[in-house]
Amino acid sequence: MIEVQNLTKHYGSLTAIRDVSFSVAPGEIVGFLGPNGAGKSTTMRILSCFMPASGGTAVVAGYDVFRESMEVRRRIGYLPENVPLYTDLRVAAYLDFVAETKGVPRGERKKRVADVMDRCRIADVQNRLIGKLSKGYRQRVGLAQAIVSDPAVLILDEPTIGLDPRQITEIRELIKSLAGEHTVILSTHILPEVSMVCSSVVIINKGAIVARGPIDTLVEQFFPTARVEVEIAAPSPAAVRDALRVIPGVVSVSDLPGSDGIGRYVVESARGRDVRGEVFQLAAQRRWDLRELRRMGMTLEEVFLHVVAGEQTE
Amino acid sequence: MKVWPIFKKEMRLYFTSPVAWVIMSVFLFIAGYFFYSIFGYYTRVSMQSAMNPMGGSLNVTDGVLRPLFSNFWVILLFMLPLVTMRLFAEERRSGTIELLLTYPVRDGAVLLAKFLAAFALYALMIALTLLYPAIIWYFAPLEWGPILTAYVGLLLMGGAFIAVGVFASSLTENQIVAALVSFLILLMFYVVGWSADFADPALARVLQHLSLTEHNESFAKGVFETKDVIFYVDFTLVALFLALRSLEARRWKG
Repeated sequence: MIEVQNLTKHYGSLTAIRDVSFSVAPGEIVGFLGPNGAGKSTTMRILSCFMPASGGTAVVAGYDVFRESMEVRRRIGYLPENVPLYTDLRVAAYLDFVAETKGVPRGERKKRVADVMDRCRIADVQNRLIGKLSKGYRQRVGLAQAIVSDPAVLILDEPTIGLDPRQITEIRELIKSLAGEHTVILSTHILPEVSMVCSSVVIINKGAIVARGPIDTLVEQFFPTARVEVEIAAPSPAAVRDALRVIPGVVSVSDLPGSDGIGRYVVESARGRDVRGEVFQLAAQRRWDLRELRRMGMTLEEVFLHVVAGEQTE
Repeated sequence: MKVWPIFKKEMRLYFTSPVAWVIMSVFLFIAGYFFYSIFGYYTRVSMQSAMNPMGGSLNVTDGVLRPLFSNFWVILLFMLPLVTMRLFAEERRSGTIELLLTYPVRDGAVLLAKFLAAFALYALMIALTLLYPAIIWYFAPLEWGPILTAYVGLLLMGGAFIAVGVFASSLTENQIVAALVSFLILLMFYVVGWSADFADPALARVLQHLSLTEHNESFAKGVFETKDVIFYVDFTLVALFLALRSLEARRWKG
């Protein structure tokens, strides 16, 4: 649904993105991640046909964003960062304007606007001026604006920024409900959000793609081992370390960072191999005091920090 | 061409915000004062001429409406930049341009819709001044032909002013800068006529022809000249073309 190849954008002498390539399958929700200033918004502005790229190609819904921009624009819904809206218009009038401009047929327009207001839960403020709405409502009006024409592709730039936790959950649910019938690409720097909403991710740093793929695959790729956190009180930490190391399947044992010899260790083993039982047996045999035994879930957050920090130290 | 929805949106924005109301009130206040003073002056002159057996015949159309219409440009010179300044500058400042320019509408249609919205507001403003000929008509017979011509002239001149304003607004995200730039351009096209007085005769004719307000004189007199119509239409088209180019250029800059 979205095919991006070697996309490059220069602003004067500054290169915002270089050689960005990725693709998004129909019906997928893809998280577009990166630190601030990494080039997320630039990429989205190119995909939404707001500005042309300096090089490379992007095909959205089967059309080239530069050469067939009108065709692309008919098939996308875009929510820019900071949700720019006409503060002097009323919600319903604004959505009607968007629907008409995006080519929703006259007869369907009223119903479509009403539907989308229900869906985004803004029907109760439909006669209020947008400028008088709270941030949460504005964000939802922005989202309503993007989906009112029922586009095949949604491009959402930081859709949950600046919302309170309850509103974030609501917006997330709404976005999740769009999967399947719509292809969604959403940028964010809130990582837990991505794991909850997206099936796969594209991570960009300093204008270049550093990782992409389904979240599970990425975690495995960057962290091929399973990790267990162990806290054992024993007379000799060195003996504990040696004993843990000889458990079959264990790759390495190290002190948990910052634990300063109080007996906390990280045991890495081959993925799919659970060593917790053996650790328990070991402690029981030697009469060591086993205080904590926990499997460390390797999350997208670690992957992100790893690839982004890795780039920075290079 | 999706001109209509954007035109409607612009009109809504003019009238839900105080902009249109304030501009129309101020315009009518100043135009009303012009009318009042010219009318008062004409009344005095006509009373004097009535007492003077040698006095020639006076004509209300020539005595009141012609000076009124030929002075309107002064008001328009600073009012129309205020009408047009928000058109693109405000969208840029608030970021709404990013959405507007990603809807399936060509830049040209956006531009045309915005021009037409400002023009419609202006036409409404001008239509309200029909009250002045109506007042005179109550007291004395009027020739409506020259009045009609004068209004056509005002619309054409206003269109050119608005096109300049649209161009200026497309250059910046600051509304005050947009208003000042269009005011400056309009003023330059007025004062260019002054230089004609002491320039080389060949150049003088060109300068004279470039003056934005000069072309309105014949309309105010009730004379419909094709060359003046062409001048205003050309001027409007050139300004709109430049605005379109500036929109495209801003897209590349991002």
